[in-house]
Amino acid sequence: MTLAPETTDLKIQLRLDKDWFTVCDLTALTPGRGVAALLPDGRQVALFRDRAGELYAVDNRDPFSGAAVLSRGLTGTHRGRPFVASPLLKQRFDLVSGECLDDETVRIATYEVRAAA
Amino acid sequence: MTATPEATEATPTIVLVGHGMVGQRFLEALAERGLTATHRVVVLCEEPRPAYDRVALTSYFSGRTPEDLSLTDMEFIAAHGIELYVGDPAVTVDRTARTVTAKSGRVVAYDTLVLATGSFPFVPPVPHQDARGCFVYRTIEDLLAIEEYARTATTGAVVGGGLLGLEAAGALKGLGLTSHIVEFAPRLMPVQVDEGGGAALLRTIEEMGLSVHTGVGTQEIVVDETGAVTGMKLSDGSELATDLVVFSAGVRPRDQLARDCGLTVGERGGIAVDAQCRTANDPHVFAIGECALAADGRVYGLVAPGYEQAETAAATIAADEAAFTGADLSTKLKLLGVDVASFGDAHGTTADCLDVVYSDSRAGLYKKLVIGRDGTLLGGILVGDAEAYGTLKAFTGSVPPVSPESLVLPAGASGGAQLGPSALPDDAIICSCHNVSKGAIRGAVTEHSCTTVPEVKKCTKAGTGCGSCVKVLGRLVTAELEASGVEVDKGLCGCFTQTREELYEIVLALRINTYQGLLDRYGREEARGGDGCEICKPAIASIIASLAPTIGASGYVLEGEQAALQDSNDHFLANLQKNGSYSVVPRIPGGEITPEGLIVIGEIARDFGLYTKITGGQRIDMFGARVEQLPLIWTRLVDAGFESGHAYGKSLRTVKSCVGQTWCRYGVQDSVRMAIDLELRYRGLRSPHKLKSAVSGCARECAEAQSKDFGVIATSNGWNLYVGGNGGATPRHADLLAQDLTDAELIRLIDRFLMFYIRTADRLERTSTWLERIPGGLDHVRDVVVEDSLGICEELESLMADHVAHYADEWATTINDPEKLARFVSFVNAPDTPDPVVGFVPERDQIKPDLPLLTIGHRPLEGSAQR
Ligand code: SRM
Ligand SMILES: Cc1cc2nc3c(=O)[nH]c(=O)nc-3n(C[C@H](O)[C@H](O)[C@H](O)COP(=O)(O)OP(=O)(O)OC[C@H]3O[C@@H](n4cnc5c(N)ncnc54)[C@H](O)[C@@H]3O)c2cc1C
Ligand code: SF4
Ligand code: FES
Repeated sequence: MTLAPETTDLKIQLRLDKDWFTVCDLTALTPGRGVAALLPDGRQVALFRDRAGELYAVDNRDPFSGAAVLSRGLTGTHRGRPFVASPLLKQRFDLVSGECLDDETVRIATYEVRAAA
Repeated sequence: MTATPEATEATPTIVLVGHGMVGQRFLEALAERGLTATHRVVVLCEEPRPAYDRVALTSYFSGRTPEDLSLTDMEFIAAHGIELYVGDPAVTVDRTARTVTAKSGRVVAYDTLVLATGSFPFVPPVPHQDARGCFVYRTIEDLLAIEEYARTATTGAVVGGGLLGLEAAGALKGLGLTSHIVEFAPRLMPVQVDEGGGAALLRTIEEMGLSVHTGVGTQEIVVDETGAVTGMKLSDGSELATDLVVFSAGVRPRDQLARDCGLTVGERGGIAVDAQCRTANDPHVFAIGECALAADGRVYGLVAPGYEQAETAAATIAADEAAFTGADLSTKLKLLGVDVASFGDAHGTTADCLDVVYSDSRAGLYKKLVIGRDGTLLGGILVGDAEAYGTLKAFTGSVPPVSPESLVLPAGASGGAQLGPSALPDDAIICSCHNVSKGAIRGAVTEHSCTTVPEVKKCTKAGTGCGSCVKVLGRLVTAELEASGVEVDKGLCGCFTQTREELYEIVLALRINTYQGLLDRYGREEARGGDGCEICKPAIASIIASLAPTIGASGYVLEGEQAALQDSNDHFLANLQKNGSYSVVPRIPGGEITPEGLIVIGEIARDFGLYTKITGGQRIDMFGARVEQLPLIWTRLVDAGFESGHAYGKSLRTVKSCVGQTWCRYGVQDSVRMAIDLELRYRGLRSPHKLKSAVSGCARECAEAQSKDFGVIATSNGWNLYVGGNGGATPRHADLLAQDLTDAELIRLIDRFLMFYIRTADRLERTSTWLERIPGGLDHVRDVVVEDSLGICEELESLMADHVAHYADEWATTINDPEKLARFVSFVNAPDTPDPVVGFVPERDQIKPDLPLLTIGHRPLEGSAQR
């Protein structure tokens, strides 16, 4: 089997202030599921990859329960907007804007994310 | 207590004697006409409780409490200022002074007196007819007494094979007694059905294990030296041993009060009234319901005519025009699932009429229509399948739009026609209990904007009586909603227009074994090529998992694409707790566990510092595991022989058991062994919702099998299978599907039942709601899984056989797969660092989540996480 080069060496990187912070290999992400990453300051980020290969990064903390679990939620698209649903009480969060689709007063932080060699 | 009659000059007084079904309806009719505002209304009620649903009396034995049966809303009574005296029957009426005296001594003066005293069960004057162990079947108190006595009895006999007798016999059987029916006439239900119908009925009833003795009378009740029943002597000289006798040999109007005060009663009883329900001798006194001899010379023993009389009397009191000139005697009975219905001129007494008969004695089917010369439908009898009852009854008196033969042929047979309710005229009566026409039901949808059957029931009262019209009602409501343009999108979610059932059929028929394949070909246009959503992903993951071996998908839920679809709990094969930790539940089949097993669980819990609790499902839950601990914990559990308990999946949870025959003095079968067998057979089976089961060793039911999706209760002859039970938020008692099954029959039937449920249920629909939703309900399910009416049983069985043959413990698979194990970390970039938000504090010698930690979010960490 020959692996396409872009999926072998690529790393997922998050933008923290000015720098890009390397998290893991792109291959660590299953399309449709998330993983959590720990930032140097103790914050947690939930990373997702969709079927089209698009990457998303949002805060891992579920603002409704306080638990750091959003990376374990189910993802989907609602009216063309990608979202993750909290595995605890099922509120959905827009993966691009961080907006909660079920309660517009709530929004979570989002991060710029890329796959880079 | 003695009360003086109150002054009546100001407000005229209406006194109602008897608070039964008709009495209550009369009060409602008074209120509707505003008469409760202008009158003082006093009710003397003999029974210890206000009016209840006598028609549904037998449902007490299937779990409805006396409170559920109540027809009386105390708020209604209070709001209308009705004085209701419970447990205080009228004993005399003085028509000259116009007073009624009650048992308590209460004297009430009336301007209008309404007698609604109902009937009493007729007990034939045979020797010892009042012995200990002899009962009648009329009131809740009767049922309580029968139930109590049945605890010490093993055999019961019902005298009378009419509608009520069959119901009573079914109830005795349900109480675990060997049951006999003794009927004087040559067939069962002689009033409603003819010879052919009686024969079909007999076969079905006997197949259910009830012994029927027709053409014999009861001559004497045999008693022992303590005066308790031991048997009965029959007119053919034989003797029938029985511990309990229920007399159900007809009813007689309760007209004593009327006789005593000089009102005219009929030759065979019944208070004579005119078309306005006024007594023949006294314009101040009315009689309604079963105690009345109507103007057409008949005493009606059904509730619908009684309701009409109640309306008539109330209208007459309000000085409105109304008359009761007679009613039809249509009835529909369901006894242990056999439908028996008769309507109109069932016996074909009209001159020159013709019969159209369809009969299949093997299947216990008998259908007869009585047709007039000009093609008018005059009446009919349906035994075994009364599906068409509602529609046929509504067509009675008119010429149906299709040929009569096609109406009685079974739906599958060529020429069989389904007459939809849409073909009915607007004035057709859909609910005869409450006299609601099709037009009124349509009006509820179009004018009162009801959008569901419960709303329509509330609005029109249709379907709230005997319930036999509910099916037609549902079809009418849907048809009307659709006609008024209310588009009901039945699609699973925003991604699929199909229902779960339709998607199941597509997956099975076309062997589609990936979610993406299904979405891209069968999803809504706008959803194709997309990521799906949190509703359809797990639902389709479940369908694929249920059918995995058959459609060639991996049976392992974390394999390939399937991993991405699973609900979050299935993805980690554990239940997520509020602080992000997980619980671990190993399978403990039937609740049976060795001391070694207990010790292993204890040691693991101690070593990982987990909180332990005995669950409501007869096993042990260990809480507070971090995601990275799950593989370590499971390695030890798998080594000790444990496997996943699927506490997380929409799949089989537990099969609870009682100790059963092995230890319990009452047990009649080995319930533990059966529970273990069932749990091992169905473990891992993914389904629309979770599945629970239990096996009890005898009718005492210590395992609570009747609250389970499929519950099994041992009998001395085998096993009874109950389905559709539910605990939880909306408890439902399970329905009996089949009786006295052998081990193999039981398992085969459960195989079919579960696979049929998995095939046709909606997502997250427990068997209880499914059973109540699907057209035809329990009868339909029984037809499909017991009678194989759809010819799919072989397929259902082979699907289950595939499941059983391919089961593998998903935790054992997971701990042996390093790639899968890599997912069990808190952080992809720091696999050894635990999630700092998951913390615990002590409580009662164990741990509990540190909740304040959740509100802080995180505690700043030393920058060690970066690699
Ligand atoms: C652990 C346990 C309570 C206990 O401490 O005893 C429990 C715990 C939960 N139950 Fe339960 N139920 C437990 C026995 C029951 C029972 C009793 C029984 O099974 O005999 C019932 C009523 C019976 C029934 O289901 O018909 C029960 C009715 C529910 C319901 C309501 C279902 C319904 O149809 O109304 C839910 C909610 C749901 O499934 O949607 C639920 C959901 C839950 C969930 C899964 C809620 C959740 O999503 O987090 C709980 C998670 C447990 C965990 O994290 O490990 N649990 N739950 C019991 C586990 C039994 C087992 O060994 O598997
Ligand atoms: C098990 C069973 C199943 C049935 N199934 C059906 C069915 O499927 N379809 C159908 O149409 N009908 C059915 N019936 C018949 C139906 O219940 C009766 O037709 C209906 O209850 C008659 O109502 P009623 O008010 O006239 O009499 P009842 O409901 O009997 O009420 C009369 C009340 O008056 C009270 N009373 C009597 N004397 C006095 C007094 N002196 N003072 C005060 N109170 C007094 C009685 O205690 C009783 O509570 C069934 C009956 C039974 C028992
Ligand atoms: S259900 Fe019957 S056999 Fe089982 S424990 Fe209870 S009494 Fe004993
Ligand atoms: S016909 Fe009895 S409830 Fe409608």
